[in-house]
Parts: sequence; C-alpha cells; structure tokens
Amino acid sequence: METTIAQADISTEAEHATGADATHSSTGVPAEHGEAFPPFDPSTFGTQLIWLVITFAALYVAISRLALPRIGAILDDRKARIDGDLNAADASRQKTDAAIAAYEAELADARAKSHALAEETRQGIKADIDAKRQSVEADLSKKVAEAEARIQATKTEALGHVGEIAADTVEALVQQLTGTGSAKEAS
Amino acid sequence: MADPTKVDPIHQFGITSMVPLGDSFAFTNSSLFMVLTVGLIVSYLLISTAGRKLVPTRAQLVSEMLYEFVANMLRGAAGTEGMKFFPFVFSIFMFVLIGNLFGIIPFFFTITSHIVITFALAILVISVVLIYGFMKNGIGFLKLFVPQGVPGYVLPIVVPIEIVSFLSRPISLSVRLFANILAGHITLKVFAGFVFTMGTLGWLGFLGAALPLAMTVALTALELLVAVLQAYVFAVLTSMYLNDAIHPSH
Repeated sequence: METTIAQADISTEAEHATGADATHSSTGVPAEHGEAFPPFDPSTFGTQLIWLVITFAALYVAISRLALPRIGAILDDRKARIDGDLNAADASRQKTDAAIAAYEAELADARAKSHALAEETRQGIKADIDAKRQSVEADLSKKVAEAEARIQATKTEALGHVGEIAADTVEALVQQLTGTGSAKEAS
Repeated sequence: MADPTKVDPIHQFGITSMVPLGDSFAFTNSSLFMVLTVGLIVSYLLISTAGRKLVPTRAQLVSEMLYEFVANMLRGAAGTEGMKFFPFVFSIFMFVLIGNLFGIIPFFFTITSHIVITFALAILVISVVLIYGFMKNGIGFLKLFVPQGVPGYVLPIVVPIEIVSFLSRPISLSVRLFANILAGHITLKVFAGFVFTMGTLGWLGFLGAALPLAMTVALTALELLVAVLQAYVFAVLTSMYLNDAIHPSH
C-alpha cells in the first residue's frame, strides 16, 4: 500500500522536477517523507556532481602532488637503506671469505714447506748413513780380502809341504811293509 | 517525521541544503561529507607521513600499507605501465573507501548511496580508459573488441558481445557500488527501526528488541566488510579496465 503510494510519488515528482524550471527546484527544500526516492531525485544531481568534481579534483591533486610522492619517497628511502645494508653485509662476507682463503693458502704453503724440510733432512740423514755404511763395507771387504789373502798364503804354504809329508808317509809305510828299504828309492 | 515511533529508512538518503549558494551549487549534507571525506584522506595521509620515519610509526604504516596495497593491485592488474594511473586509482579507492566507511557512522550521510555519484565516478573511469586507449593505441584500441585467436566466422557474434559488455561497464560498476551501499543502509535502518518501535511497546517489547539489536550489530559488521570490499572491487575493476586501455589486445 505504502510502497505503491511512494512509487506514484516518485513518478509524479520526477515529472514535476523535469517540468519545473531551475528557480524553484527542490534542492533547498529538505527531503520529506513521500517525496521522490532521494537517490533518484534528479533535482539534487547538479549540486552533487558539482561538489563531486570539486572535491575529487582536490583529492586527486593533493594525492598526486603531495601524499603519494611523499610516501613513495619514504618507501624508496627505506628500500635504498635496506639494499645498502645488505650490500655492506655482502661485502663484509666476501672480505671474510677472502681472509679465510688466504689463511688456508698460507697454511697449505707452510705445510708444504715443512714437508719439504722434513724430506730434505731425511735425505741428508740417509746420505750420511749410506756414506758411513759404504766406508764400513769398504773397510770390511778390505779386511776380508786381506784375510783371504792370508788364508791363500797359508794354504799355498801348506800345499808346499804336501809332497814332503807324502814322501815321509810313503817311507814310513814302506818301512812298515818291508821293514827295510829306502823311502827315497820308492818315491 | 511527525510520528516519532515511525521509522523511515529512506530518510537517511535525503539531501538537505545547508548553505544555499544557489540552486544547483547548494552546499548540501552530501557536499559536506564529500569535503569531509577528502579532508580526512588528505590530512591523514599528510599528517601520518609528516615525520618521514625510516622506521614507521603506526599511523605512517597505515598510509604505507594503503599505498602498497593499491600499488600492488594496480601493478598486478595493469602491469608496470599501469603505474602512471596510480594517483588516479588511489584517489578513487580512497574516496570510495572513506565515503563508504563514513556512512556506517550513525547520522552520517553516505555519499556513495547516490547513484549519481557512483555513476559519475564510473563514467570518469571509462572516460579515462577511452581517452587514454585511443591516445596511446589510436584506432588499434578497437582491437579490444576483437579477441585474438577467434576464428573469423565467429567474429560477427563475438564483437557485438564485446561492445555490449564494454558499454555495460559503467553501469555495472556504478550500480554495484550504489546498490550494495543503499541496500545495506536500508536493511540496517529497518532493523534499527525495529529496535526503536519494539522498545516503545512496554517491557515485553523492550526484551524483544534485543533480537533486532543483535541483528543491527551483526549487520554493522557486515556493512563494514561491504564498505571495504566494494571500494576494493571498484578499484580492482578500474585497474582492469585501465589494463584494457594499455594492452588492448587480450
């Protein structure tokens, strides 16, 4: 019931508003119950549009000229600062890595040097030992040779006496066997 | 409103002249809330960021989050090229958002509950799309209506559909926001009216009024969601339409 009345009012009001000239449109009059449904009341469109244009233009200008550049600058500053700090941290890390690498290289170098030194010492000692052994061996072989020579001499000497001993033995044997005779003849 | 027990849910949308500056230029309650909306947005953004703190204060963080939220949304929808419209999209988003949120406060006028406002904003968006689209792409902007990879014999059907869908954009954009806000406010007012009407019916009605009161509280929360969501939807669609202007061949 009420809605139909309201709707009828809307249509009459709309006709009224379009028919009425600008001097007594209902803009200044408070909207009362039973008048046109306010969002569809064309008489208020003009003022709303004008104020929308004014306020939105002001908003756009203020936002694009002041607010957004400022916030953007704040965010950029922060990003630059964070990036700078990250870069510094990265540089420090690289420096640390380089120091570690240098330390390791030096350590390896020292190790190699000590190894070489040890090797050299070992070689020296070995050479020393070898020389000593050689001299001892030479000494020994000389002594062996001397001893062999002596043995050889003794042997030759002994062999020189063999004929004599054999003659004596034969003489003795002949004497034993014959009881007489001369050993000198027998031989 | 002669009868105080009679609640009129439409009354809240009435436009009343406050400073009569002439018939079409009158400063109305709607004008007042547009000015307040813009004033709040600008003063908040400027005051909260006045310190330019490297480590932001809470107020500054809100401004920064709004900035990055809209920036990411626009960049996601329209790419880096779309960032030249950032102030425009940000203004629209903030205007609709604060306009919607102001409307939830009792006795405050909701500027977005009037179709002329939402339609004007939608026309503004579409005008920017059209003007920039033709400026940047020339006649090639019309490729927007010719989807790629569609066989030629389907085009006579597809192109009119694309054109109609393009033409319906300002209507859907404006009516969506307007209808959501209008319906929400009427519902809220009707339930709040129940509280009032039942409260005048003696102690039984007083108890019974608890139900619509709870409903009003719940609806207010819902309206809060709708207010934010519709501002977001409006801004997202704006970004997507701008994307069409920048990259017309989809």
